[in-house]
Parts: sequence; structure tokens; C-alpha cells
Amino acid sequence: MTGQLVRLAETGRAPVAFRFDGRDMTGLMGDTVLTAILTGAGSLRPAEFGPERRAGFCLMGACQDCWIWAEDGSRLRACSTPLAAGMRLLSEAPQGWPA
Amino acid sequence: MTRVLVVGAGPAGIRAAERLVRAGLRPVVVDEAARAGGQIYRRPPEGFTRPPEKLYGSEAGKARALHALFDGMVAAGQVDYRPHSAVHAIRDGVAHVGAARIPHDRLILATGATDRLVPVDGWQRAGVYSLGAAQIALKAQGVAIGRQIVLAGSGPLLTLVAAQLLAAGAGVAAVLDTSSLATQMRGGIGMALTRPAVTARGLAMRARLGRLYHAGVRLERIAADAVHWCDGWGRAQVTECDAVALGWHLRAETQLADLAGARFAWSDTWAQWLPVADEMGRAGPGLYLAGDGLRILGADGAEVAGALAANACLTDLGIATPGTRALLRRARRLHCFAAAMAHAFPWPSGQLDALPDAAVLCRCEGITLGQMRDAAGLGGAEANRVKSLGRIGMGRCQGRYCQLAAAALIARHAGLAPQEAGRLRGQPPVRPVPVGALLED
Repeated sequence: MTGQLVRLAETGRAPVAFRFDGRDMTGLMGDTVLTAILTGAGSLRPAEFGPERRAGFCLMGACQDCWIWAEDGSRLRACSTPLAAGMRLLSEAPQGWPA
Repeated sequence: MTRVLVVGAGPAGIRAAERLVRAGLRPVVVDEAARAGGQIYRRPPEGFTRPPEKLYGSEAGKARALHALFDGMVAAGQVDYRPHSAVHAIRDGVAHVGAARIPHDRLILATGATDRLVPVDGWQRAGVYSLGAAQIALKAQGVAIGRQIVLAGSGPLLTLVAAQLLAAGAGVAAVLDTSSLATQMRGGIGMALTRPAVTARGLAMRARLGRLYHAGVRLERIAADAVHWCDGWGRAQVTECDAVALGWHLRAETQLADLAGARFAWSDTWAQWLPVADEMGRAGPGLYLAGDGLRILGADGAEVAGALAANACLTDLGIATPGTRALLRRARRLHCFAAAMAHAFPWPSGQLDALPDAAVLCRCEGITLGQMRDAAGLGGAEANRVKSLGRIGMGRCQGRYCQLAAAALIARHAGLAPQEAGRLRGQPPVRPVPVGALLED
């Protein structure tokens, strides 16, 4: 699958393995979670209020468009969370939203 | 010792901290980022190898100086630096940072700005970013936001980001400026008179865009694989792309100033509400504002404003401060330049007025222009009432990216001037926080 983002520089960094929606993926040391996912996938998550998907918008922590989930149920802002080896990430809340 | 809190470690916050430290104070500096520098001088993570000349171009020297200055103060223990920390509320002289509380006697807010956005039909799609985002992706991560990128909007960042992407080898499909060449010429005269070298640099950068650049366009819609637009002669155009970056200059980040008690006034020049402060940045008792969060002067202006705000704070504490007169002279010149630039690259009223009813106005919650108009019909043409009834400004971005356009549209439908539709009041938390952080012991 082609990613939304394209690497142009700083490509000599060490690889970092993680998992997104059950799929094994590889980012680079120093990637944000957003960069790591979107260099291998087209989007981060479905929109809650529309049919489209979302892939972040401001990349500076102001718009909150890039919130995704870890398998343990915690939520993280992908644009400002550094990628760590072994992360298990999800595009949607593992249990759905609490009723 | 007097407790001074500085919020933001960009050019304004760093220069403010420098002056306070020189006067013998030890300010607390809270910043959201992992590394100090702000957005324009944002640093990549540790381990990245491109030198500042590659990242910041002609501004590399300034970036280097600010980073070294701040790192030096941190290493010497002269500032109490809290990176990775966002202030989400300010009340009764206490800043709330997650579960932590920071009481202070004086507050200097250097909260910067975000892109100023105007909704375009289809801008909620994945692959549409702000211009600032396109620059951050390149600078801090070494990535392009797509393979064929359309950059659209107006303002200095449009040309700058396009030139940076081209230089880095990215695929740029078109650069679409909603400001006409005639409008740019009128504002450009004032720019050239106040800062000829900076203006010449901008023009040289523009020349490098060649035939990719189009002035006086109107954006019609963003489809799955193309941008539909009208050129300066009104001819329909379609440019294929897989990514879009949008931005019309900057919008001051003022929510904390609002919570801290600043008053606001509508600025015709910047087409937005800005805090009211004196020339030094005094905005209330013990409250000082600096940088793009007060007036959109850019990075050079932010350095000057940060120093001025610290001087104001120190003067009010009875501590003598040098250099204020020279700083004020420089601030006035930068202000003239920025005002001319705002006129050269104005808010695109015509494009906004042509937005169809089905277009999404609020990206966070998918609220359309038609839904907002219905809400305005129920509650009248006042921004906070429309927010209560229609949720415009209540989404996860807290109105940062829709409120200016929403207010302009509410006003236009009611036949009012934009400032007559009122200003959305800031509410804590200004950023989402875990519920646990809001619980008192």
C-alpha cells in the first residue's frame, strides 16, 4: 500500500518495528507516530462525523485531527508522539466509545 | 523571588526569558514541544542530520542563535524549563498544566500562531493539510505531504513552503494564490520600502516557482484526486494531486490570553480579533503578551516583542532595563512591514462568499455551511449563540480553524460587518486533557 507521506530526507535512521490495525509496519528512529503510519498507509482513522478518512491536518498539536489509539485503550496524538519500538496502535478505539 | 511564568519557547518566549535571566530572575518556561524553538525555528528530533542552513535557509543564523541561547540557559539552570507541557487553563494566578499547577506573580504569553484557514469545499478529506503542516513535515520529519502537491491560499508562507518543497525534491503540481498581482503590488510597495532585502528575497523565491505559480485564483473544490479552481481570468481549471496544503497567513493563538483576562479588538488589517496591549505588550495587571499571539509580525518581530514584554515586566517590578527605545523603533518598522504584507495577501472574502451550502465548515464535526446558517437563523447573528446552537467552534480544535470563517459568514448573511458578529470566547481546557487531570485533590 502506498503511503500519503513521502520520505525525502533523513532516510538513514535505524528502522523501528510497530503494529497498526494488526498490520506489521516499520518506521524510522525519530519518526512521529503520524509519519511512521502515513509513510506506509493512506490515512490514520475514519472521521466520526462524516464518510471520509482523516490523516491529520496541522501537525503542530492544535487541531487534534490525528488522535488514534493504542491497543491498551489509551489515546495519543499521532503528530506529537514519538514512535517507539513495539507500539501496538489502532485507528479506532478498541472497545468503541463508552456508552 | 518574583515568580514569572513564560508560556511558549519560540522566538518571543526565548527572548523574554533571556531578559528575565539577565535581570537575575529564574522564570518557569512552559512549552508544548519536545525541543525549544517554536514553529518557524522548530528543530527535528535528536539524530537528524540536515544542518540549520538546509532547514531554515536564510534564517539559519537566527535559528542557531536562539537554540544555543535557550539550551545555554537550561544547561546553566537559569530557567525552570518544562517541555512537552501544554497550559490548558489559567485562573487566579495559577496555570494548569495537565495535573500540575504553576502559581505565578507575572505571566508572559508567547503562544504564537496557527495557519489562518478558510474552508474550501472538500477540505475535510485525508491528504489536505495546512501550509504550516507541510512545512513542519518537511523540516521536522524530512517528508513531503504527498507525491503531487497543490499549495493554495495566500501569504508569505505559500511561496516559502512551495520553494522549500521544490528544493527538497518534492512534486509540486501548482501554487495557487487567491491574491491578485495588482493587490500584491499595492501591498508590496509598503513591504519594499520598510524591508527591501526581505522583500527582494521573497520575490526571488517566487521567481523560482515559475509557471507553477498562479495569482488571483478562486478555489472551487477539493476532490479525491484533484483541485478545481478558477484562474485570474475566470477560466475553470483542474489540477490533479494527491495532497493539498492550505493557508492564508496566520491566526494569532489567543485562547490563553483570553482566559488570563486580556481584552480584544477587531483588526481590519489582519481580519481577526487580537488582544489589546500597549506597545510593550502589557495587556492587564501582571499580564504581558508577545509574538504572533499578540500581533502577526513574524519571527523577527516576535524576538523584539519578547524582549519588550520582558522589559515591561521588569520595569513594573522596579528593575531598570536597557534598550527599550531601540526595541520600540524596530518593532514599529516591523509593524509597518507586516501591515503592508497583510494588505498584499488579504483574506479571500470572494471565495468564502461562494462556498456552497453543502461544504463542511467545521472539519472536526462535519458541520456544513447550511447547518450553520440554520443555527444562525434560530439564535441570531452572534458567534457564541451560533456556537451553542450549532456546535461551530465546539469541536476538538476548539474553533481554531473554523471560527474566523464562521464569523465572517454569520455576519455576511445578517448584513453586518465581521466584528459585529462577535468573538468566540475561549473556554478551558484550551486543549483536550484527560479527565483525571481536571480532578482536584
